[in-house]
Amino acid sequence: MLKLIGYADRFSVAPGETIRFMVSALEDQPYQAEIVRLIHGDANPEGPGFKSEKVPSGAEAAHVGRRQDIRAGSWARVPFHLRLKDLHSFTVAAMIWPTTPGKGRQGLIGHWDEEALAGWLLEIDGQGRLAARVGDGRAAVEVGSGVKLHPSHWYLAAMIYDAAAGTLTVIQRPVTAYGVVTDDGHAAQAAPAPLIPDCAITMAAVRSGEGVGCHYNGRIDSPRLIAKALPPERLEGLFLQPLPADLTGSILAAWDFAQEIKTTRIVDAGPEGLDGEIVNLPTRAVRGWNWDGSEHCWWRKPAHYGAIHFHDDDIYDAGWQEDFRWTVPDDLRSGVYAAHLWSGDAEDGTEEDYIPFFVRPPRGASGKVGRPRLAFLAPTASYMAYANDQSHIDAKDAEMVIGRLLAYQPSDVFLYDHPELGRSLYDSHSDGSGVAYSSRLRPILNLRPKYSSWLGASGSGLWQFNADTHLTDWLESHVREPFDVITDEDLHAEGYELLRPYQCIITGTHPEYHTVRMWDAMKSYLDLGGRLMYVAANGWYWRIAFHESLPGVIEVRRAEDGIRTWFADPGEYWHSFTGEYGGLWRRQGRPPNMLVGIGFMAQGFDVSSHYRRQPGSFDPRASWMFEGIEGEIIGDFGLVGGGAAGLELDTAKYALGTPPHALVLASSEGHSDLIMLVNEEFGVVPPNLRGSEHPDVRADMVFFETPNGGAVWSTGSIAWCGSLSWNGYDNNVSRLTGNVLRRFLDPRPFA
Amino acid sequence: MPYRIRPEDRIHIGDFRDRPLSPHGPELQRILNAMRDTPLEGRYILVCTKPFREWKLARHGGRKRPIEILHEHVFTSREEAEWAVFRMRWKEITGEDLN
Repeated sequence: MLKLIGYADRFSVAPGETIRFMVSALEDQPYQAEIVRLIHGDANPEGPGFKSEKVPSGAEAAHVGRRQDIRAGSWARVPFHLRLKDLHSFTVAAMIWPTTPGKGRQGLIGHWDEEALAGWLLEIDGQGRLAARVGDGRAAVEVGSGVKLHPSHWYLAAMIYDAAAGTLTVIQRPVTAYGVVTDDGHAAQAAPAPLIPDCAITMAAVRSGEGVGCHYNGRIDSPRLIAKALPPERLEGLFLQPLPADLTGSILAAWDFAQEIKTTRIVDAGPEGLDGEIVNLPTRAVRGWNWDGSEHCWWRKPAHYGAIHFHDDDIYDAGWQEDFRWTVPDDLRSGVYAAHLWSGDAEDGTEEDYIPFFVRPPRGASGKVGRPRLAFLAPTASYMAYANDQSHIDAKDAEMVIGRLLAYQPSDVFLYDHPELGRSLYDSHSDGSGVAYSSRLRPILNLRPKYSSWLGASGSGLWQFNADTHLTDWLESHVREPFDVITDEDLHAEGYELLRPYQCIITGTHPEYHTVRMWDAMKSYLDLGGRLMYVAANGWYWRIAFHESLPGVIEVRRAEDGIRTWFADPGEYWHSFTGEYGGLWRRQGRPPNMLVGIGFMAQGFDVSSHYRRQPGSFDPRASWMFEGIEGEIIGDFGLVGGGAAGLELDTAKYALGTPPHALVLASSEGHSDLIMLVNEEFGVVPPNLRGSEHPDVRADMVFFETPNGGAVWSTGSIAWCGSLSWNGYDNNVSRLTGNVLRRFLDPRPFA
Repeated sequence: MPYRIRPEDRIHIGDFRDRPLSPHGPELQRILNAMRDTPLEGRYILVCTKPFREWKLARHGGRKRPIEILHEHVFTSREEAEWAVFRMRWKEITGEDLN
């Protein structure tokens, strides 16, 4: 299958800055590299075909390839401390909520060197039971609870080593007792005094050599280390707040995961301050063992949020060695670029890779003058949300939803075999819990030119990044309008000032995920006279958070309602990265209608349809858009599903904030029965959800003027840009979009 | 309850054969939903072997086993693949050979 995969250290790079590329040559083979400007990523022979231009870069070179792997799985480590050596009798205890106790051996907490057989370890054994082991450097002794743990139940888990008696005890004690369920177990066995290794303490995995393995799925809350052998009946006291006075003196470590939730640090509230760090971003701000529903916000009652949920497939940064780097020339124009790598010319694309990136305008004051009038806002947060989406691999209903056989690209087959590449915000972890974090510091196989997505409708099958090259190609190849490319990450960092230089901003096809700073920046731009072309649908839908210190990672909490592939648990609706409430912008008083006049209404992924002109298009305020357009039907053609209206559709809805003066210019019609109303639109399930029946299953194209001379034009369909190139770009979708673009670039105020 | 395909559903076969990727009426859609609502493990999928012009039939392994590519089943259009899989599934469900 794939021979080359890679990623860059950033999506967005300014002239004069350096971008680094990390590559894995799967067969340790040499490869070639070059930098290209990406123009059109759609290889469909029905359209203009794949287009790129080589950029003289100095990066053209043969590289000695080497395979690099990804070690997925989150865990925590606490650096070695001399005090940890000075243990004779001791007790280790934690509250645990294992989600896959039957999957095989999983580490919980250990000061343990697997190769040296030294130290102590509390774990789940290969039979799904709690077990404890100690090793003296020559041999290990393990004792198991004798009874299986039930998935997704809280347990008090403890090991006690009594040096005087030379015994090792394990205790597995369920928080919830059932009448005839036996999951309460304990056992003791003679064991030698452990030889404490000079390595870190490891949680949620087992240390082996220089790495870790045996990753744990589930939650760990309040791990404790006590420098004496506690009587078993005193163990519950370790989890009381505050600690009973007679226990405080013997506490060696008491990790409180409710502290510093926004960071990667774990804090020890004990006397030695044995703080540690988490690796690969396990989920924080999750309900602890004592959560009782009295508070749903983690920062209002942190004592109920002392758990971390670890997953064996978490990944933040692949951490590969750099293969090459490129400093962007000062005079390179902004745009969509890629590092193109190849080690052969196989027709199926398995011997090449493209690592896309965006050259943005220069930073600082020099980037604010002399810019093009237009900027394309690359929805990189949405690209990250979909990064390595595996719904078509793991979701049973995917074929039914799209109404045709799932067609895997070679990279999909590769992803099937390599879940360690990490999942998207649409997927669930291997234990069934939702994926709340997604990072760009890993190869993203569906963020590639030439990639056809399972979601992208019949025809080209494009979605997100590659679909957006339909738009950038049209700008470059047809209207030949110079444009800058700016990204969501830039917008989040710089706010309105990033947008200010431009007469007009044009979106990608599906800008779905926004932080509050991104939302505010766009609102300021529109209120101050900016023009926005929203050639898309289902935009400004989910609220997200960027991590406040780690680069390149976002968080979503799939709260309340909306089209959701997983559900955030009650009490877990607040982002861990920022403490902000998550979910739909619509549920936070900011429906997309307030920004772009329309909001998400229907979705379906089989075929697209056309628009019909509406009375608003003949209003003199907007009729100029339709100059040169004959007839009432718009966009009954295209590379994405065969029409300009498809995939996801937005409509005007005045009650949700569509401005009262917004004109509905055109509406789509004739949708298939696989396009249906979205669920936030109904409470009681109506029987007429389908495209052939429900009047709201349509796209509305709207136009409205904004204060200070600005305006918004919204198409309401993800498929819109797939029609731009039809018939050599000579079609009514292209003409209409071009008419709007020309007027939106004209500084004359609208109102 | 999952829908069970009945003998009288045969009247919709021609509609699917002629336009497998177009929107379908409710009765044909119900048949297709029933055919597609199966466990992932063993499900037919396609693997694209030449972009936009060649696909091979394959079986999903439920991520317990690798994807099994059935090299003898090669298609040059998505429509051709849909019709072939429809016949296979029809045969598996009803025992009737549509060849």
